[in-house]
Amino acid sequence: MNLDIFVLFNSMPGAVAQGLIWGIMAIGVYITYKILDVADLTVDGSLATGGAVCVVMITNGYDVWIALLAATIAGMLAGFATGILHTFMGIPAILAGILTQISLYSVNLVIMGKSNLPLNTNIYKVLVSLRNIKESILTKNTLFVLAIITVVLIAILYWFFGTELGCSLRATGCNPNMSRAQGINTNFTKVLGLMLSNALVAFSGALLVQYQGFSDVNMGRGAIVIGLAAVVIGEAIFSRIFRNFALQLLATVFGSIIYYAVFQVVTWLRLDTDLFKLFTAIIVALFLAFPYWKGKYFSKPKKGGKAHARN
Amino acid sequence: MLEIKNISKTFNPGTLNEKCALNNVSLTLEDGDFVTVIGGNGAGKSTLLNAVAGTWYVDEGSISVDGINVTKLSEHKRAKYLGRVFQDPMTGTAATMGIEENLALAKRRGKLRTLARGIHHKERAEYHELLKILDLGLENRLTSKVGLLSGGQRQALTLLMASLKKPKLLLLDEHTAALDPKTAAKVLEITQTLVERDNLTTLMITHNMRDAIHYGNRLIMMMNGNIIFDIKGEEKKNLTVEDLLHKFQLVSGEQFADDKALLSK
Repeated sequence: MNLDIFVLFNSMPGAVAQGLIWGIMAIGVYITYKILDVADLTVDGSLATGGAVCVVMITNGYDVWIALLAATIAGMLAGFATGILHTFMGIPAILAGILTQISLYSVNLVIMGKSNLPLNTNIYKVLVSLRNIKESILTKNTLFVLAIITVVLIAILYWFFGTELGCSLRATGCNPNMSRAQGINTNFTKVLGLMLSNALVAFSGALLVQYQGFSDVNMGRGAIVIGLAAVVIGEAIFSRIFRNFALQLLATVFGSIIYYAVFQVVTWLRLDTDLFKLFTAIIVALFLAFPYWKGKYFSKPKKGGKAHARN
Repeated sequence: MLEIKNISKTFNPGTLNEKCALNNVSLTLEDGDFVTVIGGNGAGKSTLLNAVAGTWYVDEGSISVDGINVTKLSEHKRAKYLGRVFQDPMTGTAATMGIEENLALAKRRGKLRTLARGIHHKERAEYHELLKILDLGLENRLTSKVGLLSGGQRQALTLLMASLKKPKLLLLDEHTAALDPKTAAKVLEITQTLVERDNLTTLMITHNMRDAIHYGNRLIMMMNGNIIFDIKGEEKKNLTVEDLLHKFQLVSGEQFADDKALLSK
């Protein structure tokens, strides 16, 4: 097998760009999974919703920023739907997410009119594109633009989770009983968290369609697993050095970039990329199992402690 | 301060597990009353407290706090008037958040939470002073995650949080039951200090008969969802554990069958 290292080297900027875009989605997953303590499966649908809205808006002549805004709002609405199913209708969060996700499949088809829509980046002005990865003008360079967007988003989230409202959201995920005892409407904070998360996911989807030049109704399939992979990879590698909240979000983005870098290596090695989703799922499952195993099988009983006394 | 009128609560009505936890209970607390509640398992003590706290709605009757009818207010809305400490030390605080962040959450109880800063710099000095009251050295660990604290420290912090906004009513649900005797004594001491400092109207459930007699100005005993014994003032001061057991037999016609309460006398 003839493996040219330069081919791999050349493919890396693309991997980083994809990692950055999906990193924004992973931050959305981080908000629900790590902060709100809810596994929200809406994201598989809301990512495609963001993409669908963005392409339709741009091809109808709207400015790219307006399209991004509309996509973000569409994501918020998707999160709102899941939130209402979960809180007002009392459906378990996972099931609520699945219901919204399935509904969004139809909604996305209605928005796009068909299952796949191209976005010709020669005709329409877009913010990011795979053609502009190696662009020399900095403000048009996709990697630079994505890096700036990511930093700005992290800064906004860092600010938000330090506010009274943001703190009440964190408290809700950590201890709902305590939160209610302190006068926090946990139903409201849950809905708010789901809206915020899916807004980010849809925003990411809107960037993704610009980047790849088309929108597809299936583009969000398995997004939750990629998001979780980014979260767990980021946490595994950076949790010891990144303690600050903003840095933890950054670790998630790095996790996403690493994920896509590994994907490029797998492609470069000419391994079967069809199996990549399977590998991803296995890796996520293992990472999620580690803390459990550690507690169950590898915890050393303290001297004279309760665990010791029981033996 | 607290007026409970004829409240009833039945869990799982119409099923095999039907349980009448509160049966037409009425209770009025005066301003500044410190009432201890005792009773065997399943007597309805925690149910009474949860009814006031709004964990669920009562089937019948009404509850007023400081003249405000809270019967139909949701749990988080009632929280404005109430300070609560739970039996499980894990329940009262947010483990992944810092000590100061937990206090800041409590500071904003009953207030609309906006996009203002979650914790102001000047609050830190205030919390530093407040934590000194506990005498647990927590004042120097403001940013430590609460998950790192011991059960006793967490209960003490929860007490501080519950009393931070001067609640109309302080609800203590066996808040020392999960602690070792020495820590329990310390937490009770802190409870007494805070209640006296702010002259808080307090409802405290305890399994310990001696504590029930020692603390507060009034004692009520519950059984089968009813208040079977209510004693206050001088009469309560002269009460002994033997008296209490005797009263229980007299009213209920049976032995006080709660080992935990007896053993801890």
